[in-house]
Amino acid sequence: MSDRLRTVGADVPRVETVEKLTGDALYTGDLLLPGMLHAKVKHSPHARARILRIDTARAEALPGVRAVLTGHELDYRIGLYVVDKDILAKDVVRHFGEAVAAVAADTPEIAGEAVGLIEVEYDVLTPVLDPMAAIRDDAPLVHPDLGSYAYVEAAFSPQPGTNIAHRQLVRKGDLDRGFAEAEWIVEREYTNPSVQHVPLETHVVVVQWKAGDQVTIWTSAQSPFTVRNLFCTALRLPLNQVRVVVPHVGGGFGGKAGIHLEPLVACLSRKAGGRPVRLQATREEEFSLLPCRSALTYRIRTGVRSDGTITAQQMTMYWDAGAYADYAVNVTRASAYSSGGPYDIPNAAVDAYAIYTNKPYGTAYRGFGHVEFFWGLERHMELVAQAIGMDSLEFRRRNLLRPGSLTLTGERITEHTGDPRACLDAVAEAIDYGRLTAAEAEHERTTGRKVGKGVATLHKAPAMPSFTATAAVVKMNSDASVVVNIALMEIGQGCDTALAQIVAERLRFPVERVKVAVERDTDKDPYDWQTVASKGLILSGNACLLACDDLLRQAYEVAGQALRANVVDLDHDADRVFVAHRPEESVTFAELSIGYAFPNGNGIGGPLVGVGRYIAQGLTNLDKETGQGLPALDWTYGAHGVVVDVDPETGEFDVLAISSAYDVGRVVNPGLVRGQAIGGMVQGLGTALCEGYIYDQQGRLLNPSFTDNKIPTARDIPARIDSAVVETAQLDGPFGARGVGEHPMISVAPAIGNAIQHATGAELLHMPMRFEDVWRALRSHDPIDNWITETPVGSCRSDLPGGDATVHPADAVAHPGSTHTPEVALP
Amino acid sequence: MLISVTVNGDVFEREVEEHWTLLRFLRDGLGLTGTKEGCGAGECGACTVELDGRTVNSCLALAVEADGASIRTIEGEADQGRLSTIQAAFARHHAVQCGFCTGGMVMSVRDLLQRNPRPTVEEIKEGIEGNFCRCTGYEQIVEAVLDASGQLDAAKGVLRHV
Ligand code: FES
Ligand code: FES
Repeated sequence: MSDRLRTVGADVPRVETVEKLTGDALYTGDLLLPGMLHAKVKHSPHARARILRIDTARAEALPGVRAVLTGHELDYRIGLYVVDKDILAKDVVRHFGEAVAAVAADTPEIAGEAVGLIEVEYDVLTPVLDPMAAIRDDAPLVHPDLGSYAYVEAAFSPQPGTNIAHRQLVRKGDLDRGFAEAEWIVEREYTNPSVQHVPLETHVVVVQWKAGDQVTIWTSAQSPFTVRNLFCTALRLPLNQVRVVVPHVGGGFGGKAGIHLEPLVACLSRKAGGRPVRLQATREEEFSLLPCRSALTYRIRTGVRSDGTITAQQMTMYWDAGAYADYAVNVTRASAYSSGGPYDIPNAAVDAYAIYTNKPYGTAYRGFGHVEFFWGLERHMELVAQAIGMDSLEFRRRNLLRPGSLTLTGERITEHTGDPRACLDAVAEAIDYGRLTAAEAEHERTTGRKVGKGVATLHKAPAMPSFTATAAVVKMNSDASVVVNIALMEIGQGCDTALAQIVAERLRFPVERVKVAVERDTDKDPYDWQTVASKGLILSGNACLLACDDLLRQAYEVAGQALRANVVDLDHDADRVFVAHRPEESVTFAELSIGYAFPNGNGIGGPLVGVGRYIAQGLTNLDKETGQGLPALDWTYGAHGVVVDVDPETGEFDVLAISSAYDVGRVVNPGLVRGQAIGGMVQGLGTALCEGYIYDQQGRLLNPSFTDNKIPTARDIPARIDSAVVETAQLDGPFGARGVGEHPMISVAPAIGNAIQHATGAELLHMPMRFEDVWRALRSHDPIDNWITETPVGSCRSDLPGGDATVHPADAVAHPGSTHTPEVALP
Repeated sequence: MLISVTVNGDVFEREVEEHWTLLRFLRDGLGLTGTKEGCGAGECGACTVELDGRTVNSCLALAVEADGASIRTIEGEADQGRLSTIQAAFARHHAVQCGFCTGGMVMSVRDLLQRNPRPTVEEIKEGIEGNFCRCTGYEQIVEAVLDASGQLDAAKGVLRHV
């Protein structure tokens, strides 16, 4: 089939790349509106405190200040799934960095000075920091009013009177029988801290609240319609009075999904008499005012037979939601039903908890929980294989999903679902798994380091409502070029290019004649739920195909009249609609585009505008007690293979190579797929090696900057990063394609951990894996299981010459009820 | 204070506040918004511009320090709408995703290639070390630089089909 496709599959340069390369591309922060004011936020320096008094008098008196806001003026609460967040803190603050007041002024300097003049008196309380302590009965409650909050009842189960924002249960088969059939039971616990997305563009919003409650929001958001929807729900406004406009976005990675600064800035604009107000988050605010990725403690108990067959698996996830539920509850839900990985586990139980704590709150981040739980799962598979004395690649192969397998929620896998085995085998082969090449053996001899190789699998389905929908509009211009309107956001992932290729392919036009309109606008573009979940290619791709079909149907109808032919006898090429058996009888698209005129002047037809609507098919809610149902639009499978070299004395290591393979169904554009693959792997490398929030005992974030929270630079990337694809066509995907935006970030960390273990035997249970963590693991010291410390820890690798530039953190706070001792036992 | 600067060949005389950074002056004073702010602290490189022939983080330099200087920004890279060799290579190699790092990245690459017209992969990585890119994973940027410096053979990244 691929030889018949002309544009889909071609390495087309990105359609919006030129304006980004010249500096012409406008981002929200580049907008300058007449009369625009600048906002600054007053933050809480405490993780948990009562607000006794806020005095804004001096701030209000400062010349140039146009509006000062505090929480008590704002009778609105916002929330994606659990409506639990005030726009500005009222009475209590629930995390370090939370907004307690805000100012709009003529200049950013005046706004900043005014914020400094606001006096807040707090009664500081002991924060709830450790999620494992937060779920104990005697824990103080982060949200004592949880029982009174509205929430999405079809999907979520907050537990009033506790700190549990959501509990997700999945039950498959008979767990007790499965464990009874096991010869070995291996139980371990794996952890990772909160992490920041770090889009290069910080969150930025401009809002103008005009007279008559007409609101325009320009924002760096991933999901304009979701911003509008949540905004109008919270502010009690009709949807047609609020317009959300999103120009270019400088990276999102999930951190710009949902709603963030928009309501606050809108309220400032209203208070300032309708002048537009701009708020751009500082990099520091990005870490603590805005949300992060949740920390996870993942406990896995696996029953296995000596031949390597998994008979049962019990999985318990403790997600650190932070102060607000936001996306963490849905991360909990999606992770729970995916938590077994691409493995056939006949008997399984998952109990997943989203737990409120007094920390910056968790939200969506590329992978939506899967980066975090695959760390534990794929390290666990390594340790289970080791416990039963089996090669871990062979152990994985034996248990992989195959046609006929049932997922944890009871979905039957078919030969079209995708091929995890082909992905795993591809990366194993690419890194010469299981042996050292001559060069690697020589490398060991000359450096004294040990070379190790590890693999890890991954899978992910879009986490989204069962009825997630989108639409596309394809409009033809009078020169037979087309403009496509969608509300799926281009945030760097390349959707505009991929969709332009899909449209060009379907219309049989050259891709140069297809433009995807850059700026998204809820007043002008058709609805899209959100730009998240790696669902854009399938849903918006299908909507674009349907819109093309609709446009062609209109063109054929008019052409049939113009040519005195039946529509069934027509065909078309890039320029003309013609009679199939008499191709010289034709009419051009240009002649049809805005209405056809007969020689005598009579007109028929009208502007060609194709509309395509698509909605996820056949998905269901999950049963609240068993988790059974159909949540997955599609599954993208993949695997990573990693080669490391490790100094067995110091624990220093380098990642020498990463190899990847994903079953993408159909490559729409190899350059885009590679871009997602490499970009995702390197982001996964950051998560694996150095990124993570560090708090002091009072819950203050110690590293909200690039100095103390490094991200990978060009020098941190391995000498070899390669990417491969498997193409098992997705039956309901456009040209067979499925999404791969998030997947490359998943399972980079466990592949590295597995490789380090192969090289040295170090059993790492916590990510990120810093040199000192390997050093500790080599000496069987307890891992540092929770990044709460009294001493900042130097984090990134390039900062650690010889590993001596760090300070070892004080012992972490105790984790009652959790143990890191491996329990490997013959039942 | 009144300053006079040459930016991308054009001379500007402007009153600036003494505390304004060069970045602020370029963006708010001159409307050259292709130069971005990613951190405001000299760490991310999104604000990289050329000041008298040397790259600087414009978020750290003060506008008044640039008095009399010649500045080059990303807006000066294309010639009458024609992409430069570097820009064209970036486009060919998918070296741009969200584009927020791109302006600063291109300025650093330009500086590198002026000093070292045929850099090795290691030298390229060193040359762009100060420019964070959260999207691309740098590999396709390195390939673009190899291509732009006439080393296309080394620059071919492939997506393998298995
Ligand atoms: S904005 Fe200047 S280095 Fe980040
Ligand atoms: S392309 Fe997004 S930060 Fe580089």
